[in-house]
Amino acid sequence: MALNAGESTVLDEAYPSTLESVDTAETEILKAAAQAGFDEDAQHRIGMSVRECMVNAVVHGNRYNRRKLVRVSVAVETLDSGARLTIRISDQGEGFEVQEVPDPLQDKNLLRHSGRGLFLMGAFMDDVKIRRLSPNGTEVTLVKSVGAQGAGEKQDG
Amino acid sequence: MSVKLNTRQTGDVTVIDASGRITLGEGASALRDVVRDMVAKGTRKILLNLSEVSYIDSSGIGELVSAFTTVSNAGGTLKLLGLTKRVHDLLQITKLYTVFDVHDDEAHAVRSFA
Repeated sequence: MALNAGESTVLDEAYPSTLESVDTAETEILKAAAQAGFDEDAQHRIGMSVRECMVNAVVHGNRYNRRKLVRVSVAVETLDSGARLTIRISDQGEGFEVQEVPDPLQDKNLLRHSGRGLFLMGAFMDDVKIRRLSPNGTEVTLVKSVGAQGAGEKQDG
Repeated sequence: MSVKLNTRQTGDVTVIDASGRITLGEGASALRDVVRDMVAKGTRKILLNLSEVSYIDSSGIGELVSAFTTVSNAGGTLKLLGLTKRVHDLLQITKLYTVFDVHDDEAHAVRSFA
């Protein structure tokens, strides 16, 4: 994939579909976020979003199938206002329809055991994009810029 | 570090002191097992102390919800004590702050079960 001017890839790895990979990817991306200049709170939000995304890829996408991989790439772009981190996480699973994921904030869903991962990514990151891959798989792109707040936190100041 | 859970009794309230991370896997299932075991043994007043919990992911949130419904369905009450700012924010973002009875002071929390 072509990079924008001033953008550099700091991580490009394929991980087996295990919970250990979730921890490994989170740790690696947190290092990249710290080096890019994100403060501790932003690092926490990025780390949590990565964790949710990796869990979705390992558990729901690849269903713990060790022959299926989770590919993770991280690019850092230098902007006048600071740095922008773009994280892409893709699985080799069957895929899903985003519009079919229940809204966890609806009263009828508040006490559901699961289904908050995508919502938290959206709350903590500046932008989240999901696309189906061919012939199979799902790619999630998470974007966050230094100094920007996640969509769900803007009201909190 | 995965979650560590210690239980103690304060009057008729059972306090679970949790520390570490409540995430998918061992951490989340440990909490589930402890709460289900307590309810099976007849415990109906549970105060879950999260003041030493540094991190909860969406699976951990799911376990908090499951613990809450498990105790409620048995006719009991589960309350939360000592949320860190990050856990507090997480419960607010997910609208669960209004579902749980959350306390900052243990003595006050214990009295509130009466």
